[in-house]
Amino acid sequence: MNRREPLVLGIETSCDETGIGIVRGRTLLSNTIASSMDEHARYGGVVPEVAARAHLEALQPAIEAALAEAQVGLDDLDAVAVTSGPGLAGALMVGIGAAKGLAVSLGTPLYAVNHLVGHIAADILDQDAGPLEYPTVALLVSGGHTSLLLVRDLTGDVELLGETVDDAAGEAFDKVARVLGLPYPGGPEIDRAAASGDPAAIPFPRGLSRASDMAAHRYDFSFSGLKTAVARFAEANPEMLADDAGRADIAASFREAVVDVLVTKALNACRDHGVPRLLLGGGVIANRRLREVALERAAAAGVAVRIPPFSLCTDNGAMIAALAAELIASGAEPSTLAFGADSTLPVTEIQVAVSEGSPGGARS
Amino acid sequence: MILGIDTSLGTAVAVIEPDGVVVAAADSPNSLGHAEAIGGLLEQVLAPADAITHVAVGMGPGPFTGLRVGIAAARAFALGRGIPILPVPSHDAAALGLLLGDAVAGADDTAPFAVVTDARRREFAFSVFEGTDDDGVAVRIAGPLLAPRDELDDRLAALGAARRDVTAVPAAMVALAASRALAAGRTLATSEPLYLRSPDVTLPGAPKKVTA
Ligand SMILES: [Zn+2]
Repeated sequence: MNRREPLVLGIETSCDETGIGIVRGRTLLSNTIASSMDEHARYGGVVPEVAARAHLEALQPAIEAALAEAQVGLDDLDAVAVTSGPGLAGALMVGIGAAKGLAVSLGTPLYAVNHLVGHIAADILDQDAGPLEYPTVALLVSGGHTSLLLVRDLTGDVELLGETVDDAAGEAFDKVARVLGLPYPGGPEIDRAAASGDPAAIPFPRGLSRASDMAAHRYDFSFSGLKTAVARFAEANPEMLADDAGRADIAASFREAVVDVLVTKALNACRDHGVPRLLLGGGVIANRRLREVALERAAAAGVAVRIPPFSLCTDNGAMIAALAAELIASGAEPSTLAFGADSTLPVTEIQVAVSEGSPGGARS
Repeated sequence: MILGIDTSLGTAVAVIEPDGVVVAAADSPNSLGHAEAIGGLLEQVLAPADAITHVAVGMGPGPFTGLRVGIAAARAFALGRGIPILPVPSHDAAALGLLLGDAVAGADDTAPFAVVTDARRREFAFSVFEGTDDDGVAVRIAGPLLAPRDELDDRLAALGAARRDVTAVPAAMVALAASRALAAGRTLATSEPLYLRSPDVTLPGAPKKVTA
């Protein structure tokens, strides 16, 4: 196996995107994504069984499309990589079944890796940004997770500083969109509705930000109280809800509350740990206001912000392949074939089921 | 050689010669843990020199989460080798196994019988068979269908089928059923998994009131 610049195919099926990525070392060759989002839209959120069925049908065409785009053959692969968690168990298992079938078929090593750490690895593929420096704080925000991490080494030392105790930020956008009568997914809809609104119009609560919360939950997030506050406000002020300008103010004020708490806690983490670097990842990074506020306040705090291209921020297979390529380059042995899906895989487990060291990285 | 995979109940894999001779077989009866089991079992039955020409896979019915693991692995394995996939209703494979066992035991082979498997949620899945045809494939005359547990026996009585509960689908029988169908130029199933149920979701209503 080429350990320095391995050719890796990554499979990601932790939520509603079937992602197949191919990398050669730190070079992105293909990032193919089939999304079942449209199928979930009528339900107002991701339905696990619908997602799992869609993954099964999307995988083979996505792998074929990724190979064609990368202009490589399956026989060229040095390794296969797959997300083993965290995520929706039934969805993860489709990717794991495929990854094992493919790895055994080809006789290639298999690397089972952590989805959240994969989001950080996505940054490595952004070659214009220069190398990722350590340590860095990482804020990962999507429909499935809201996590604040301290990354000392992508392949060896990632610490969870905090995460949401209830809804993910993206979920809060979806739920508030419904309150405002906007379709799913809520993020872009709220962004659009908020464009002309006053972010200071309504002082919505900032979850887990009171002095009394800060002892136990300094870096944790909570968005369910905010969602309820918006719903309460909308019910109490039907005339605002019925009016474009009023709705814009509610949307902008809600968005500001989410963005404020995300950025404040991320920059707190940077300051507390003396880390002048912040990496953003996850689909909610598409939110323009979040990027704006993060860049503005980080600059004031002397913190450098890195944001990978949006196509690498949402769930994708390239980040999984990139993490595996980094692991291989660092000398990590492959995973054994015995791992399963772990829907709550802790971020400290960067790779699961690491095989006992065998010379040359051969599978035992 | 044909690789057979079935995860409609436990996890079962086998490699057979086209005439049915079993080269290797391995299974895990665990009705969960398909994702964990599938890779090691595949490695166990495959030898580096095996020239696998087709992958036969059980399409269910069976609990969805496990069923998909086998189908995903089978499709990816076939893709990796550039070989075709042969979908087989899992009940057809189970029926073929029962009929071959009966033949060995010298039992009557012509009476209708039902392959019955656990479909969870207080339901059974069943298919009714009547002997084998000239191609050596079990003849399915009804199913696969779902029946509530307490209605199954009445349904089977109405069909005149003896009940035969099955707790494991042999992967060698998946491969053999596929092999016999292939030899006869037939296909036994489409590429659609036999879910028999829609995804269990309800459309959202209006947002709930938060104030009294
Ligand atoms: Zn994600």
